[in-house]
Amino acid sequence: MGVISSYRLRLQRKRWLIRAFRKRRELRSVTDRTGSIGPGAVLAFTTLRNERKRLPYFFRYYRALGVDHFLMVDNGSDDGTREYLEQQPDVSLWSTTKSYKRSRFGVDWLNWLQRKYAHGHWSLVVDVDEFFIYPFCDTRNIKALTDWLDASSIKSFAAMLVDMYPRGPIDAHPYSAGQNPFEIASWFDSGNYTISRNHRFGNLWIQGGPRMRAFFSDRPERAPALNKIPLVKWHRSYAYVSSTHMLLPRGLNLVYDEWGGEKASGCLLHAKFLDTFTEKATEELTRRQHYANSHEYHAYHSRLKDRPDLWNKWSEQYINWRQLEIMGLMSKGNWA
Amino acid sequence: MSVTFLMLVHTALDRATAVARHWALSGCPVVIHVDKAVRRADYRGFVAGLSDLDNVKFSARHRVEWGTWSLVAATQAAAETALSAFPASRHVYLASGSCLPLRPVQHLRDYLAGRPRTDFIESVTTADVPWTVGGLDRERFTLRFPFAWKRQRHLFDFYVNLQRRAGFKRRIPPGLVPHLGSQWWCLTRQTLTAILSDPERPAYDAYFRRVWIPDESYFQTLVRLHSENIESRSLTLSKFDFQGKPHIFYDDHLQLLRRSDCFVARKIWPQAERLYSSFLSNDPTVTKNAEPNPGKIDRLFSKAVERRTRGRSGLCMQSRFPNPGWENGKTCARFSVFEGFSDLFEDFETWLSKAAGGRVHGHLFHPERVEFAADEAIYNGGLCDSAAVRDYNPCGFLTSLIWNTRGERQCFQFGPRDQQEIGTFLASDPNAQISVITGAWAVRLFRTSGNFAFIRREAAALQRIETQHLDVLRAPHTRARVRIWSMADFVQNPMEPLQIIIDEIAPRGRRRLTEAPRMVDLTGFGQFLQDLKNQGMQPYLMGDFPVGDDPETQPRDRRRPYLVK
Repeated sequence: MGVISSYRLRLQRKRWLIRAFRKRRELRSVTDRTGSIGPGAVLAFTTLRNERKRLPYFFRYYRALGVDHFLMVDNGSDDGTREYLEQQPDVSLWSTTKSYKRSRFGVDWLNWLQRKYAHGHWSLVVDVDEFFIYPFCDTRNIKALTDWLDASSIKSFAAMLVDMYPRGPIDAHPYSAGQNPFEIASWFDSGNYTISRNHRFGNLWIQGGPRMRAFFSDRPERAPALNKIPLVKWHRSYAYVSSTHMLLPRGLNLVYDEWGGEKASGCLLHAKFLDTFTEKATEELTRRQHYANSHEYHAYHSRLKDRPDLWNKWSEQYINWRQLEIMGLMSKGNWA
Repeated sequence: MSVTFLMLVHTALDRATAVARHWALSGCPVVIHVDKAVRRADYRGFVAGLSDLDNVKFSARHRVEWGTWSLVAATQAAAETALSAFPASRHVYLASGSCLPLRPVQHLRDYLAGRPRTDFIESVTTADVPWTVGGLDRERFTLRFPFAWKRQRHLFDFYVNLQRRAGFKRRIPPGLVPHLGSQWWCLTRQTLTAILSDPERPAYDAYFRRVWIPDESYFQTLVRLHSENIESRSLTLSKFDFQGKPHIFYDDHLQLLRRSDCFVARKIWPQAERLYSSFLSNDPTVTKNAEPNPGKIDRLFSKAVERRTRGRSGLCMQSRFPNPGWENGKTCARFSVFEGFSDLFEDFETWLSKAAGGRVHGHLFHPERVEFAADEAIYNGGLCDSAAVRDYNPCGFLTSLIWNTRGERQCFQFGPRDQQEIGTFLASDPNAQISVITGAWAVRLFRTSGNFAFIRREAAALQRIETQHLDVLRAPHTRARVRIWSMADFVQNPMEPLQIIIDEIAPRGRRRLTEAPRMVDLTGFGQFLQDLKNQGMQPYLMGDFPVGDDPETQPRDRRRPYLVK
């Protein structure tokens, strides 16, 4: 990496920060409980829209994990999401009706909130359908992880997106509020992920899983990226570049070992394929607010008419993090 | 007769309070050094919390920085306080605020009472320690280290390099032989007194002040001058990872710690509620009265280090993506590639899976679709048969396949009609067993009827592709196990090479091949090649097939393979 390209990345990072600063005007504070954020608190950042049904379990899961405060941006929900969030004692809520797409899919909004509130904290950026798991998450809470990362001078932690799906058609089992989504969508693909390196930002680019084989088998290059770096010891000069796939400065993207070893990593279990998905896919098509002209949703929509079954005999049923570690989807690294 | 504990404390004061209280109430005096960086209010609260115990003392406070002299100074101060304040105790045990006693204090006292003149301190000469970080072992004692490694890394490195380049060497005080070891020791009163009251101490202190990480070498070196009986091991269970920082114990280590029979463990995560509540008791049933045996824990942590430094061979994932050449094995298991066999033999796949076991695929790199065994559309791990997905990252596809099917030998067919990109990868992988019958691709052309001009063009193209592929396989840096026969040679005597290959695939189940795969009818093949030649193309990869002298498709006498059972 030469001086010039690294300077370019620096400029780019500044640009994203300026953009985040400008986009702050789009956010209107609904409830601000950020005063209760103590030193060492682990913060979760989320953008969402019409996810009322998913929220009870989302909070149950992350509170049990040890997340101290949730900073959320509500993008024009009309299903009671906002009212629900206002009542949560550990949620600070902002709302906006501005374009999700023009805030680069929420990244600008969250970059701003993180810059303002997450400096010096461990910050976890997740969607409401993403459930963070990491080595020993069944016996150690997230502070054990962040303490260990601090002690190891590690600033960012990778967690690949693992798409979970039910057996049978996606809409066959209705999901009810408060339910663990993985009671329904308990299956995943264990070994069909392809990885390449993004030399510019230094991150890995991972694609694959059921979405690639079912929706993009003829055009794999368009399959969605699954690499994510959701947990970062935030500094106000950091910025996410595109979703949580990569950040700047680029050193934060080096969450993998290049010399044959394994760094510690986790997974984000992705409860996307529930019965709510069909409805969501249709809605997103008309809103046209998703990445790359929502081509992903076009692909889903054209297939969803045939009520596809993502399950096959090689699907694995989720048990715990140890299973994912044995399969090589995540690693304990040298945490024992 | 008791043992005095020295406690170096800088964080998690509440846990330190609990441990100090436990020791003090069990009859062991405790001297605590609290880092000066701890805020005054916190310090006062800490002292007040232990003020009801008259066998707890606090020593003069130093500002402690990792890797510097300050830690030794703090230890010295605490040790001096301990020796003068508690004259009855025979041993002094150095511990930290994140230490946790695993066994009843009475066990430790009995253990030490049985060994009244033994100093428990790990003390090893620099030449023999594997754990040094940053390549600094002997140089710890011969260079100067005025900068803090954690805060001033650039200055630290710069100054080290400068001294190296300038050839600078410090003189080690005469009589000292540098030794290293864990900083958590348990020394006898005599030894500790001798070290602290040595007339040369100012000179030694001045020297160690500029040694790197003196807390791992000061007492470890000086004890060699004064001790009569050194047992070179630490009574504190403390494991270090590959970066030299201590492994941390959590609630889920409870059983492991219990079974280790060690006296004290470090370092405990301050929020490990279950560990603190289970071990801070003097319940004698907690552990057997056995010699400390940290073997299980050693294995756990050395496996963790191994995973971090070497990883799992043949695995590519989000946190392991080795640079070329650093894979420790590109794939995770051996596999076999057969080139030309399925052209020359009828139903070769079925025969092979019977003869060798394992999983036999068709042409995995077929341009139209991945031919998985049994014609499956989706295979282990969810790999799909889409050629586009496979060609998107052929090497990744193959490593995934081999990884997903670990424990089962994979075999597949390959040839010049397939996607060739994988060729160099195959050649460079020591796990690949590649067997090639050159020119066998012509058999299928020979058996098709059609426009001969087209066949001739096709033959020329395939021959070119295979020649290039063979060049790769024959290159000097090829790491795969490659065997190449010309088709003519192979047809003469197919059983012997087949036996060699099968033996290599399934060495344990060595059995003589009884049934040969059925070769296709080659009557007229010589004439076919001659026709190609007549059309101006030179088919050379097949070897020599004279016109009219067609090979026998089934060997007449079934010759015994080389192997006699």
